[in-house]
Amino acid sequence: MNEDLIVSGRMNPLIDPHLGVWEWQIPSYLFLGGLAAGILFFAGLFTVWNKEEQYPTAVRKAPILVPFILALGLLFLFLDLKHKLYFWRLYTTIKLESPMSWGAWTLMAITPLSIIWAALNIREFFPNWDWKFDWVKQLESWFRKYKKEMAWAMMTLALILGVYTGILFSAFNARPLWNTSILGPLFLISGLSTGAASIVLLSKVKTERHMFAKIDLGLIAIELFLIIHMFMGFNAGTQTKINAADLFMGGDFTASFWVLVVGMGLVIPAILEVLEMRDKKVPYRAAPVLVLIGGLILRFILAHAGQMSHWVMN
Amino acid sequence: MRYAMAVDSKKCVGCSDCVVACQTENNVPIGYARDWVREINHGIYPELHTELRSERCNHCDNAPCVRSCPTGASHYAEGGIVKVAEEKCIGCSACIISCPYDARYIHPKGYVDKCTFCDHRVKDGEDPACVAVCPTKCLYFGDLDDPNSEMSTLLRVRKYKTLIPEAGTDPQLYILV
Repeated sequence: MNEDLIVSGRMNPLIDPHLGVWEWQIPSYLFLGGLAAGILFFAGLFTVWNKEEQYPTAVRKAPILVPFILALGLLFLFLDLKHKLYFWRLYTTIKLESPMSWGAWTLMAITPLSIIWAALNIREFFPNWDWKFDWVKQLESWFRKYKKEMAWAMMTLALILGVYTGILFSAFNARPLWNTSILGPLFLISGLSTGAASIVLLSKVKTERHMFAKIDLGLIAIELFLIIHMFMGFNAGTQTKINAADLFMGGDFTASFWVLVVGMGLVIPAILEVLEMRDKKVPYRAAPVLVLIGGLILRFILAHAGQMSHWVMN
Repeated sequence: MRYAMAVDSKKCVGCSDCVVACQTENNVPIGYARDWVREINHGIYPELHTELRSERCNHCDNAPCVRSCPTGASHYAEGGIVKVAEEKCIGCSACIISCPYDARYIHPKGYVDKCTFCDHRVKDGEDPACVAVCPTKCLYFGDLDDPNSEMSTLLRVRKYKTLIPEAGTDPQLYILV
């Protein structure tokens, strides 16, 4: 028998029996951050490739949503803070060791950029849009000249944002489930996949939809590989890592993770996308909706399971 | 200066005086604690072995909470004491998540709170409240940089362990076994 109990003190429900300090705000924000990163990455990519006409949704339409997605994400981040009036301290400090610090600065750079990009394409939704003031019109044409440069910056910042949503978790060695370098790439790929899915949902051009369904299929394949790779790594690791993996291999999150995330969120959309490419009759909205829901559930499960995983106390 | 604390698990009886003394000394809000007592039982009756020890922040030399803090609110103070500057803390909980010992909590006022090794007492030459009050004298506090301090001597002559050293935190709470 080996029994470990706290006899006094520390009866804090946010800490005992396991951590629960990050609730719905953080995983929701990570989902929105990844989604924004995905959309902006493809907008930048197809602009740099001079494919703006073939892929109008990816380059012009979908990015208009990004400032709103980011704003909602930032609101969730703010709601998570417990000492709210001091939030500005984030922007009086640069701490490279802290992922949260450089994430905050990345958001500071990518949010205005996404607003400018959305403003340049606002006529997609409001064809008769008029900026009214001359100086705004001049500013608009000035930004238009640097579209390529902005596209490059958007791609770079989107990759940083996408990876950061995973590194925010993986930098914590106290939570063995999160402490794997796979999490950065996994969240980045999942974010790109949700971005591609939202473009499929919004696009009215069939060739564009097919292109992004194809891209999404590739991303889903990489994601499945990363997930399997992650669990192989855990099971080949130390006891703490094996315990972390056990949460998904018979533990509390087994059914929800393998059925909702892997099955409903990855495998079924992949099958639907293959069927659609073979011109079988499937509703084209089904796959991207499942991908988006799967991405959200992935982040909720990892956020909660990570807080349950811990070192073995000697 | 390198402050450290030692807990003699052979002497600790688990009375929790250290917990109450800390709560009183530091005005810890009801329902929260900066230190606590852990009891670990091994074996099958009648071959039982119990280890009792008072635990708290390990004031790590390589503290993950200081690294993960985005605003620099978590910092090393004099003597390696890990502290939180309340007016810089945004309450993001990153440090709470980063701590393998779960030694931190959110104060009802919003900032993160934790053991300070009672630095307000230490600077006047007194022991931390938990050490001062311990009825079995199982807690020790001192400077490891001074080779003649009681702490340094204890760690030379007694067998000891630290908690989760494999997390790479270089903890400074020594459990004498």
